[in-house]
Amino acid sequence: MTQTMMKKPRGLKRRFLLQSALVALLSSPLATYLTHAEGTEAKRVLAIGGAVTEIVYALGEQDRLVGRDSTSSYPPEATALPDVGYIRALSPEGVLSVKPDLILARENNGPPEAVEVLRSTGVRWVDVADDFTLAGISENIAIIAAELGVPEKGEALKKKVAADIARARAKLASIERRHKVMFVLALTDDKVNAAGKNTAAGNIVELAGGDNVITEFSGYKQISNEAVIEAAPEVIVMMNGRGDSGDHQSPNALLEAHPALSMTPAVRNGRIIRMDGLLLLGFGPRTGEAISKLADAFYGHEH
Amino acid sequence: MSISLDAVATQRAGSDAGDRSVFARRIILVLAVTLLLTAVLSLASGATDTSAVSVVWALLTGQDDLVSAVERVVILDIRMPRTLLGMMIGASLAVSGATMQGLFRNPLADPGIVGVSAGAGLGAVTFIVLGGSVLAPVAALFGIYHVPFAAFLGGLAFTFALYRISTSNGRTSVATMLLAGIALGAMAGAFIGLLVFWADDEQLRDLTFWGLGSVAGATWPKVLAVAPIIVPILVFAPFMARGLNAMTLGEATAQHLGIHVQVFKRVAIVMVAAATGAAVAVSGGIGFVGIVVPHLLRLSIGPDHRYLLPACALLGAIMLLFADAVARQIVAPAELPIGIVTATVGAPFFLWILLRRRGLMDI
Repeated sequence: MTQTMMKKPRGLKRRFLLQSALVALLSSPLATYLTHAEGTEAKRVLAIGGAVTEIVYALGEQDRLVGRDSTSSYPPEATALPDVGYIRALSPEGVLSVKPDLILARENNGPPEAVEVLRSTGVRWVDVADDFTLAGISENIAIIAAELGVPEKGEALKKKVAADIARARAKLASIERRHKVMFVLALTDDKVNAAGKNTAAGNIVELAGGDNVITEFSGYKQISNEAVIEAAPEVIVMMNGRGDSGDHQSPNALLEAHPALSMTPAVRNGRIIRMDGLLLLGFGPRTGEAISKLADAFYGHEH
Repeated sequence: MSISLDAVATQRAGSDAGDRSVFARRIILVLAVTLLLTAVLSLASGATDTSAVSVVWALLTGQDDLVSAVERVVILDIRMPRTLLGMMIGASLAVSGATMQGLFRNPLADPGIVGVSAGAGLGAVTFIVLGGSVLAPVAALFGIYHVPFAAFLGGLAFTFALYRISTSNGRTSVATMLLAGIALGAMAGAFIGLLVFWADDEQLRDLTFWGLGSVAGATWPKVLAVAPIIVPILVFAPFMARGLNAMTLGEATAQHLGIHVQVFKRVAIVMVAAATGAAVAVSGGIGFVGIVVPHLLRLSIGPDHRYLLPACALLGAIMLLFADAVARQIVAPAELPIGIVTATVGAPFFLWILLRRRGLMDI
């Protein structure tokens, strides 16, 4: 019996016993209980959070997934799983309807009342930290692998991810000067919403060898046109589909027409990078790929 | 006294008043039966395939071992509080709406007119955004229910302020209250805007969802917290009917008919503020019920508050339970905010009724 089983709350065992009573006519309750105990790990896993789902897939344990949240869109086959809604607006019954026996949820899930009701069912609930750092990725892989009862696979994945990241970062040794980068989260009504410190976007830009031009605030905030010009980013990074003119000939027409963005070196030199949001900001097993792609986009001509 | 007021109501309801009161009683009966059916539907429907009937039966007959922990939670801790909360919220919003429209003689008055919604919104948003940082010690005091508490207190505070602003020399001016309400609403909007600026991404989504309303977070503590406020108000509301009927003739006439207008206004405002504040606190912003339900009923059973108020309570509860049943099924296992359903289903239906019966629109 692994540690995972021992950590399970008593309520869960009690539930197994109750269920066992139901099949008492078919087999002895003790036999049923023992059969389940041999398997030790959860058989029906609900993954809440894009990176959580990705880690389960990367561990090769996707066959045990019975559901996901609306932010879990990678790998594409994950979208075929039932969607229990947005991570902060979970519905208790919706979550229970996929009959999970283990819920792996990114931190900051909610609403708190719903989560409390869910915890009271005895279904095992595990919070996975929302940590946009390299150490955080390893930690999360270890937690999820342990919960799934596959710690060896977790160790292997940790090594692979660390190696990917190291390889991607090694290329940065040769760069002469770090470029000034602005991550534009949204360009709604021509207003620029940029990433500051302590954000997934800010961190991935720094990891890929860029300098985030916004150092004055944490989080994502709308900034004035003058501040955009003053910041003078050499590169602008956006998520796919954001600020896209929809015209394949000149997808950056909106940025080129923008009074402030058009003045930045980034737009004047056409250095606008668009990448998949979950890849870029997920801080999951693909972080090495994200760093590598972003670094190539920043310094492709230098290394 | 009561005879003359009845006569007033009869006169206003038109020549077919006799028929209308019989009709109104029948409608109330039909609504009561419909509410029962809707409540059963609400208990029986959900994303899981748990059977409410078999679980309740097993628990009532002591066969607890036939019910799994999950089934028990689904029926007892998820669906039951949700159904009860939905009924109370729908009823209190509709009755509050009818009361305010009668008191203010304004067809556009909704429960929010006494400042509750703006205050509750400000209270909720303040704690959604600052509850984890600056206000964390206060939030910790109320545990996971700090947002509902803040919303309730915010709603009451705004109503109190609005009442004080619009009352001078012992007389509350309806016009001042309407205008001051707009000013207070704008102030709340400005503060909310400031908080939105400080908010991070997730908090922004939280407050968007709060504004759209939901009873998905229904729990027993919430039911037990709002029931002592809403239930007595719903029971007392029909006793306001004569006063509201008199008020529709104007304050001076009501005074002459023996209604103590100032006391009456104060009681009505406090009741509406408490009922709406409690409802908004636990469900967020569920719009539309307070306007649509009273008008639908006025168009069918007439403006006599003796029938209108009970009918509003019933239809409000039905509408909310029905909207919630749709909200939890349509995108299962995810769930739509209920405010979206009440508006998308309610608005076209209301327009349709309005177009058919526009000649009969009355307060």
